[in-house]
Amino acid sequence: MSLTTALANDLAELKDHVEATLGDALVHAQIAYDELTVTVDRSKIIETLRFLRDDPLCRFIQLVDLAGVDYPGRAQRFDVVYHLLSLQDNARIRVKCAVGEEDTIPTATPVYPCADWYEREAFDLYGIVFEDHPDMRRLLTDYGFEGHPLRKDFPLTGFTEVRWDDEQSRVVYEPVQLTQEYRNFDYLSPWEGPLYVLPGDEKGTDDVAKPRK
Amino acid sequence: MADGSTRTITVEDSFSDASSDRPFTINFGPQHPAAHGVLRLVLELDGEVVERVDPHIGLLHRGTEKLIEQKTYLQSIPYFDRLDYVAPMNQEHAFCLAAEKLLGLEVPRRAQVLRTLWCEIGRILSHLLNVTTQAMDVGALTPPLWGFEEREKLMTFYERASGARLHAAYFRVGGVHQDCPQDLIDDIREWCGTFPAVLDDIEGLITDNRIFKQRNADIGVVTKEEAFAWGFSGVMLRGSGVPWDLRKSQPYEIYDELEFDIPLGKNGDCYDRYLCRIEEMKESLKIILQCIDRLEPGPVMARDAKVTPPLRAEMKHSMEALIHHFKLYTEGPRIPSGEVYTCVEAPKGEFGVYLVSDGTNRPYRCKIRAPGYAHLQAMDWMCKGHMLADVSAIIGTLDVVFGEIDR
Repeated sequence: MSLTTALANDLAELKDHVEATLGDALVHAQIAYDELTVTVDRSKIIETLRFLRDDPLCRFIQLVDLAGVDYPGRAQRFDVVYHLLSLQDNARIRVKCAVGEEDTIPTATPVYPCADWYEREAFDLYGIVFEDHPDMRRLLTDYGFEGHPLRKDFPLTGFTEVRWDDEQSRVVYEPVQLTQEYRNFDYLSPWEGPLYVLPGDEKGTDDVAKPRK
Repeated sequence: MADGSTRTITVEDSFSDASSDRPFTINFGPQHPAAHGVLRLVLELDGEVVERVDPHIGLLHRGTEKLIEQKTYLQSIPYFDRLDYVAPMNQEHAFCLAAEKLLGLEVPRRAQVLRTLWCEIGRILSHLLNVTTQAMDVGALTPPLWGFEEREKLMTFYERASGARLHAAYFRVGGVHQDCPQDLIDDIREWCGTFPAVLDDIEGLITDNRIFKQRNADIGVVTKEEAFAWGFSGVMLRGSGVPWDLRKSQPYEIYDELEFDIPLGKNGDCYDRYLCRIEEMKESLKIILQCIDRLEPGPVMARDAKVTPPLRAEMKHSMEALIHHFKLYTEGPRIPSGEVYTCVEAPKGEFGVYLVSDGTNRPYRCKIRAPGYAHLQAMDWMCKGHMLADVSAIIGTLDVVFGEIDR
């Protein structure tokens, strides 16, 4: 238990330090589920990453992961999420910045070379464009693929399907034709029972008619 | 092409242009026995020396992350088996830990011990495959035959615990699906007694083999700084002498009370990483035995009616339990909103899950951090200046499995 408390204290200290140093680049910092999340402005992302990597109190020398997240309802639709690891302090930090659909974000490859493929992946799956990236090609999807499949408005079934055509002796691409509609069940019915009052509901509250247990 | 990938280089290009000084370009894979699955490498060669490597991945891309967004948490678990399919349970583990962290769920003691035990079996499964196929990549045929025999025994254990040899779906949010019977535990203990001799035999074939040494020592050298910069983890980091293992540094389950060592390499080359993997198998064996000693009877699933399914016996007489069972297997549990990143020390390195929940029964976003992905993108600078034949040795040492890289 003492180890957890010590780690929690370290995390709070780290949060204070980062808050104090980042200044106006910082949009928001919070600790939730024992994890520190820092939201920064997207124009300051490189300075932030460089600071987190080189600062003697941080030393987040490893970029563990870079992920895109799509929130179609927001004005700035995408989040780019960096997960950093400090081997010196055995600490992790999450850096987020919001990016709109038309915006670009500077590439992190000069700071962390391994951001290369992660950014290509985010571009491929979300269409987030990373400025000055050395090699902004698609990575995971098919050659000649169109669209960005992990966006929330991209249908699960996609738009094209492929099959081998014996007559043409090649793989042909055709629009998706489902023999059965994709069944998307709405499970979001209330789990704990409805919140509205039905006739007869008042009976349970009565002293006379206590519900059996 | 629409996305700007105009730099596709084909073999025909090079042939038609043979008189010029352009490097010779060849395709390696996607159907190549040393490509460990479906890896396509476009290699630019100067004679036999590799000048540039351009890995083309995604030939096994199944859209796992998209599919998970459409499924309940329970339905998502089988997708994790299909990532790194040589050590399935280690992957499930990271996802279960993420959901449990959001729920704040305590896992019962016996389930923790069982999870640790099965994770270490997964580690041996993975390392056995890697070590022996790496030997095959550089020309030896017997080691994989011997190694796969042991893998078969371990997969029989998987089958006896979960019903499936590979795609176990055994770890669940809140514990493990079913308890392991005592005779299975006894058989695992017995296997632990016989395995060191087999490992010695395999080592006798490979470790001091002159060809194996010549093909691996001083090949694919990674310095500490390079390993940090390129996001390496697991054996790729430890082979370069960095004492970093999540089981020690950020212990989960019962790893903090177990005694085991972390083998480190000195030179950061393919041969050191091979030695690390062999030693890790021996350490895993120790962990398995310690886990068996710590196994005490008890529940293997947390008791939280809104998250974990009720006991079968309970459902026979309790209407409440029956309703919960129905709701949990149709709608599935609701996970509180929030975002977490959890990681485990999978055989190949740090396997992480970044889970964003919006409070419904489906993950809003589930980013899978596969260790092989970070390792494979280092192919270019690791291979530069090596001979063409070393490419297969380097692919072998990276321990790539395309299930997890392409996702």
